[in-house]
Amino acid sequence: MALLEIQGLSKHFGGLHVTADVDFTLDAGELHCLIGPNGAGKSTFFRLILGVVSPDRGKIVLAGKDITRLKPFQRVHEGMSVKFQVPGIFKTLSVSQNLQTALQHNCDADALAGKIAEMLDFLGLAAEARSPAGNLSHGQKQWLEIGMAVCLKPRLLLLDEPTAGMSPKETEATGELVKSLNAQGVTVLVVEHDMAFVRQVAQRVTVMHLGRIFAQGTVEEVMADSRVEAIYLGRSHA
Amino acid sequence: MTMNAVRRFFSLIEGPQTIGHGRPFWLGFALVVAVALVFPAFADGYTVGNTVYFLNSVFIALGLCLIWGYVGVLSFGQTAFFGIAGYSYAVLTINVGTAYGFTFAALALSVLAAALFATILGYFLFFSRINGVFLGIVTLSVTLVLERFMAQTSGPEWKIGTARLNGTNGINTMPPLTLPWSGGDFVFYPDPPLYYLVLALLLIVYLCLRILLNSRFGNVLVAIRENPERAEMLGYDIRKYQLGAFVIGAALAGLSGALYTAWGQYITPSSMGMTAAALPIVWVAVGGRSDITAAAIGTFIVLAVFQALTIYGNQYALVVMGALLVLTVLFMPDGLILSGAAKLGRITQTLRHRRSL
Repeated sequence: MALLEIQGLSKHFGGLHVTADVDFTLDAGELHCLIGPNGAGKSTFFRLILGVVSPDRGKIVLAGKDITRLKPFQRVHEGMSVKFQVPGIFKTLSVSQNLQTALQHNCDADALAGKIAEMLDFLGLAAEARSPAGNLSHGQKQWLEIGMAVCLKPRLLLLDEPTAGMSPKETEATGELVKSLNAQGVTVLVVEHDMAFVRQVAQRVTVMHLGRIFAQGTVEEVMADSRVEAIYLGRSHA
Repeated sequence: MTMNAVRRFFSLIEGPQTIGHGRPFWLGFALVVAVALVFPAFADGYTVGNTVYFLNSVFIALGLCLIWGYVGVLSFGQTAFFGIAGYSYAVLTINVGTAYGFTFAALALSVLAAALFATILGYFLFFSRINGVFLGIVTLSVTLVLERFMAQTSGPEWKIGTARLNGTNGINTMPPLTLPWSGGDFVFYPDPPLYYLVLALLLIVYLCLRILLNSRFGNVLVAIRENPERAEMLGYDIRKYQLGAFVIGAALAGLSGALYTAWGQYITPSSMGMTAAALPIVWVAVGGRSDITAAAIGTFIVLAVFQALTIYGNQYALVVMGALLVLTVLFMPDGLILSGAAKLGRITQTLRHRRSL
């Protein structure tokens, strides 16, 4: 069953069609990667789904509900959650408070402390619970933000380059984290550059190029596609 | 049972969003309150009157601290709300008089007028996503426009009911706060009764703000200051939170304005001028904008120093204020009181650590 359905989505800035008539479907329970060379239009497409940018044309449907005109925070109420590329955390707040801010929506005061502790354990940040989130290492900040996004119990989790700036070891740990979330039933859409990461996690891959969907399939199918290799190496604009 | 209630109360007023917790802080707090309570017995009327003025100003500073320090919105609008409430108090009491304790109703209505104006202004600002320096410019403009407007109301046609607005001369015929009493009206003037009233209000406001800031609402306010985009993508309609804090801050500025007018029986357009708009920024920045305790103490101290400078014939008091702001921003961006408190915290922690070794 489709969780996210996008039909004819278009956005242009001046004469530049950054997202050009994109149709895209994401099934419930999928772990899907969105890749493409720099300037392919991934980020804008991502921001259109979030509602940070509004489309010129097209329709976005989440779990059967048209969310095209909803504001970002309203989309969150519909079950969408996001992790930004630059770690979006609250620096001066403690790690616990960061999680509290994400959890306090749907959690009464008595249960809050337990939920926070649970999430700290899950993220491996229990020792840092009381220190300001700004003091965490880069990788830990990324995990904390993923944790915050997960606290909302989303139906659809959007990850924008979750491994940006991570060491190979941290990247692998993040991959396992994302896979375990998906195994718990969260549908995940990841925008990612790191092909090792994509190979590690993705079930299906969509390649964007020049604002359009260029190719789609399993990791192996896409990797084997010579046209994909060509656009990555800049040989062709086909 | 009572022990539990006490513990519950302290869990509400303590938290990560405000400095000061545990027995030492609250003992110190009780000491300060005790000193404040007996102070009028040992001071002359003039000094008590001045202190009322300092305490009055702490409300506007707390409001600014809330919206600037906690939500990250630098607003010059506080002065406009101060003036609106001050003029409202003047116009209402001149028209209706002091019967049946109406002056207290006028005090409440003036605060409400300021809050209402802030709701309308804030709605257009926050729901149009005006932020940062632009919000500062718009709020400063509003303040200065109000000052200009009130300054040109000297003609006899500018009156509301029986209250003449008097242009730059302002209004000075309003009654002080008055309670009807069996043996004749109880007037909050001369100073000690007004002093106790303002002190009580200040304590209530301070404790209520501590509760508010350490609540879930306060947590979201600080989150918005730190990263508005992230806060929104956790499902918060940040515009509503910003507006809420802006209106509470405005109400506090209004309380300052109405109390100031009742205290001095005097309000002029210059209370909404450029200087008046800049001073609360100095008070709050010097104390420490990201904590209400620091901002309150800072405001009180800076005002007392400012007053001393002015009284002893120093024409440069405002220049000193400006220099103080610049020095604070350069060398102690967190503010004097807040930096001091942080240092104190580190020292006690080290001592405790040593003792445990």
